[in-house]
Amino acid sequence: MRKMAIAQFAQSAGVESKENLMDFTYRISKEVLDKAGLKRSEVGCVVIASSDIFHSGLSCANAIDWDGAGAFMVEGTRAEDSMFAFIYACMRIMSGHFDTVLVTSIVKGSENPENDTLTGFFADPFYMRPLGINETTAAAMQMREYMQRCNITEEQCAKVVVKNLGNALFNPYAHVRKRVTVDDVLNSDVVSDPLKALECAPKSEGVASILLAAEDKAKKLTDKPVWVKGFGTSMDHFNLGDRDLLNGQLKIAAGRAYKMAGIRNPKKEIDVAEICEPYAFQELLWCEKLGLCGDGEGGKLIDSGVTQMHGASPVNPSGGVLAMNPYVSRGLYRLIESAMQISGSAGGHQVDKKVKTALAHGTHGFAGQCHSLVILEG
Amino acid sequence: MADEKPKEKPREMRAEVTVPYEMAVGSNWHRFFEGLKEEKILGTKCRKCNRIFVPPRSFCPRCFDDNEEWVEVGQEGRIETWCYSNLMFPGQTLKPPFVPVQVVLDGTDMGFQHRIAGFDLSDFEKVRALVKFGGRVRAVWNKEKKGTIFDIDYFELVT
Ligand SMILES: [Zn+2]
Repeated sequence: MRKMAIAQFAQSAGVESKENLMDFTYRISKEVLDKAGLKRSEVGCVVIASSDIFHSGLSCANAIDWDGAGAFMVEGTRAEDSMFAFIYACMRIMSGHFDTVLVTSIVKGSENPENDTLTGFFADPFYMRPLGINETTAAAMQMREYMQRCNITEEQCAKVVVKNLGNALFNPYAHVRKRVTVDDVLNSDVVSDPLKALECAPKSEGVASILLAAEDKAKKLTDKPVWVKGFGTSMDHFNLGDRDLLNGQLKIAAGRAYKMAGIRNPKKEIDVAEICEPYAFQELLWCEKLGLCGDGEGGKLIDSGVTQMHGASPVNPSGGVLAMNPYVSRGLYRLIESAMQISGSAGGHQVDKKVKTALAHGTHGFAGQCHSLVILEG
Repeated sequence: MADEKPKEKPREMRAEVTVPYEMAVGSNWHRFFEGLKEEKILGTKCRKCNRIFVPPRSFCPRCFDDNEEWVEVGQEGRIETWCYSNLMFPGQTLKPPFVPVQVVLDGTDMGFQHRIAGFDLSDFEKVRALVKFGGRVRAVWNKEKKGTIFDIDYFELVT
């Protein structure tokens, strides 16, 4: 396989920006190119991630924000999920077509209606949509099943929120930064029982950009290349009723990524994991499927403390998606945090241990319909 | 039974999607719209390729650098191209018939889209006799300013 690395990256903070999406996109794309000392015309290819129609209120037909991402008059394409966009970028380098690819993901949550006004449109229009099925109700049903079948408690789920929002206090790019207790979580409004308001991710701003480069080029563009060792994706049925909500496609996606990266024992070999958990309990369930603990042991995992920022296997030192949820951009945020942990540049949210290998995970669709992950190494 | 004919033809379900957004205008467009309130058309200039953008852009998409210089541009220009629109559909703001136009305003380097009006548009042949490719047009201001693109009511033909 052709070696490739994350050479440079930039991310916007989660707070509301007064700038429009085009200008907001330009600032971050420009920041990455300036860090790399590259002109726009010197970039081989640009891949953009956006969910224009619902998460921007625009049709994608004219690809208006391409200008802001520097994709004008260069080879480019777009994807709806930023982790997938990153994987496309990897393939474009692996194929030998390009030596550099700029991946930019764009969302301005502050402009959008509530998340579930939009996720309701993911439901099929004939029977699910009229029944009020959206991402949150699907997640609540998944959580109930998880609690029942695996004896997971509401307290264990709430502990994920306490940990992640606690970590976010040290991350200047996070959106929600506040200290909360298990009681605060349990006493927050019931959104869709058993899910409480603090267990659901917010709606955030987020433009993130990564410059990916082939080995020789990467070494010229940075002193700290972060190598891509493997990736994997998998997609489940659309229909919730066709799926085992506790045993979806994540194990399969992870198996693909681990095989490519040569990882045999993820629990031992992954130093830090950035996991996409739009709902608190999902961090526990995804950790099981990623092999960071055994099946059904997600509750024990959070109780043990190993996933804390200074634990043996930190999960979401950035604060995760519970602290920052720019819908389609969240995959790139996981990748950027992983790259920061590997290069030792995470500042206040840098974990204690030496990080050689990091895992970045992304998911979208109801109850984790689609999963993707990337393994990075220093 | 599989061979039984259905009593009714399969139906169609009517669906409509309405979603509210609060879109940030941003500092660049804000300044442009404030200019319209004062009957000024403002553009920005790229320091590298010297092109003048109207409506203004905060950056040059080709040079990928900030546009820091603001300029007031002419209110007259040349018709680059135009069409005659006679079709009504849900979501269209202007009532047909209307005449979309792309004008290169004096002192600028690109087409600026608006509409031509100010005379009877109901007969296409009459419109075609008056609106000329390459002809001159001039901005006509709305008396009531709202800080939108319709602060310029329309472009009139310069005869
Ligand atoms: Zn320029």
